[in-house]
Amino acid sequence: MTNKKRPETWQEVNLGCMVFSPGNASEYHTGSWRDRRPVYDNSKCIKCGICYIFCPEGCISQDADGYFVADLDYCKGCGICAHECWPGAITMLQEG
Amino acid sequence: MTRRTGMEIAFAAAEAVALCKPDVVAAYPITPNTHIPEHLSDIVADGRIDADFICVESEHSALSACCGASAAGARTFTATSSQGLLFMAEVMPIVSAMRLPVVMAIGNRALSAPINIWNDHSDIMSQRDTGWISVFASNGQEVVDMVIQGFKIAEHRDVLLPLNINLDGFQLTHVVEPMLFPDQEEVERFLPEYKPYATVHPDRVVSMGTLGMPEIFNEAMKAKDMGLINSKKVILEVWREWEEQFGRKHEPIEAYRTEGANVLLLTVGSMGETAEVAIDELRDRKMPAGLLKLKLWRPFPLEELRKAVKGAKVLAVMDRAVSCGGSAGPVCAEVKSALYGEPGCPVIVNYIIGLGGRDVTAEDFIQIVEKAAKADKEKPKEAYEIYGVRGS
Amino acid sequence: MLEIRWHGRGGQGAVTSVEMLALAAIGEGKHAQGFPSFGPERKGAPVAAFNRIDDKRIKVRSHIYTPDVVVVLDSSLVGLVDVTEGLKDDGILIVNTAKAAKQLKEEMNFKGTVATVDATRIARDELGVPITNTTMLGALIKVLKVVKLDSVEAPLEHKFGRIAQKNMAALKRAYEEVKIS
Repeated sequence: MTNKKRPETWQEVNLGCMVFSPGNASEYHTGSWRDRRPVYDNSKCIKCGICYIFCPEGCISQDADGYFVADLDYCKGCGICAHECWPGAITMLQEG
Repeated sequence: MTRRTGMEIAFAAAEAVALCKPDVVAAYPITPNTHIPEHLSDIVADGRIDADFICVESEHSALSACCGASAAGARTFTATSSQGLLFMAEVMPIVSAMRLPVVMAIGNRALSAPINIWNDHSDIMSQRDTGWISVFASNGQEVVDMVIQGFKIAEHRDVLLPLNINLDGFQLTHVVEPMLFPDQEEVERFLPEYKPYATVHPDRVVSMGTLGMPEIFNEAMKAKDMGLINSKKVILEVWREWEEQFGRKHEPIEAYRTEGANVLLLTVGSMGETAEVAIDELRDRKMPAGLLKLKLWRPFPLEELRKAVKGAKVLAVMDRAVSCGGSAGPVCAEVKSALYGEPGCPVIVNYIIGLGGRDVTAEDFIQIVEKAAKADKEKPKEAYEIYGVRGS
Repeated sequence: MLEIRWHGRGGQGAVTSVEMLALAAIGEGKHAQGFPSFGPERKGAPVAAFNRIDDKRIKVRSHIYTPDVVVVLDSSLVGLVDVTEGLKDDGILIVNTAKAAKQLKEEMNFKGTVATVDATRIARDELGVPITNTTMLGALIKVLKVVKLDSVEAPLEHKFGRIAQKNMAALKRAYEEVKIS
């Protein structure tokens, strides 16, 4: 019942393709999908948290000062946070 | 102590389920299986078993509820027929791929249109490839036996697959006849308590029904297929245990008066009993005809079939469903594929009979055997024949 | 093997009749089948139900085409339905009617045995409703002697509970009053 990275043979497939290690989706770093990244202008941020609520990846967290920050290991650059941020504190910046 | 009782077979199926003490029953009534969930809901309401009867709003929900309940570790039962089974179709391969031992009774009925509530096998045949173990009963006693065996087979650690028991709608579901019922203590001696392999429970987290990318899908399907193929070993073992404890033999293919037979009939379901009457009559007339009754449909008993047809000149396969535009009825296509290239393979002819409740008599089988007997000299023009159809 | 066809109207309890008779025979250690004319339930429509009874295990599962016995629960069906269809020439016809058996036999031009009983009157007297299924079962048991009168008691008890005794009383009266020609 151990969780394998990827079974090499059919005999190694877990019964019913069950996954026994909780939260192992975090091993998959979706940040590589991103071609734009969110940049916060904290002078405009009112700490409402709407970016945190709408982020489909759940990769936005609040720092010690109450401002928000996206974890770029997982942020896919979808831009929903920037679209929802009504004070306009987030802009999407082209990667590279 | 075993009790001999007369009862409607659908009620008997429900009584057999109750003897297995399920935790959850979720079903939506549809003719002709209705009396099974109806009687089970009575049994639950009367407090005879400690189970949850979930009244769902559709068959899709019924099997979905069973899927969830089984994933949570419950011994789970459902029943359906015809369009109801088709409405479950989306969930059918999910339950088997998740390796959940749900047991289902199917009161076999034709598929619409035209609307028809009577018996044939087109419902189960449409679901034959979904990864369920599938057995056919030919009388009330076999229904009772197969329900109790069903939980043991499905829940076995080397199986963990859902199982359906096919009983012909009306021809079996609505007939009152005598059956032997084991008592509670005998059933408990035969059927161990269900110990699930894994359950969705916060104490030990598991994800079921996850995404499988192309890199893993071949292997996942092979594992599921091998699970079903390998279940035969356990099915045979459970049937042996059943015979030891209750004295009634069950086999993947039952042979009836096949010694020295030139022509063999192969049937599935309740028509096998009527066919026995025909074989008796033909034997009285010194016609060397015999009968094979296919009881285990999935996993398909390849070796047993090859052995059973040895020596016969003609094999007449009876189908109770049409594979529209295909090369044969579903059973015959399977039989032909299993026997292709076998040395001494008999000539195989295919008759489709008993569609949508059209009556099948012993006389029909006698005529079929007499017709089939000529097939090794003169090949029939058509690959299959809908027997008794009007219009030439 | 004995094959019986029951004629009634949907709701008159023909299916209960075949169930009670099958259970009585099974209770005596015999083999029996009881089944309806397969299909949807249609109140008032002419329906049929069937029994097979034998000492050996019954294998045949097709319809019954040439019954040994026909029972008619409702005399208004005579003429509407061909109740003697397929009935063997030496067969037995049991009809719920106030007519004498001899008269009915002549009217129907039937060569076999005819038995009649005014089951509607008995049912009205004993049960208060003109439902004749259990009453006609009494007539059948008298004519055929295929099961003992006592053998239907347990199935009736199980099926009807507190009104079982009334049904048994109606059944016994028909057993006494049925006339054979």
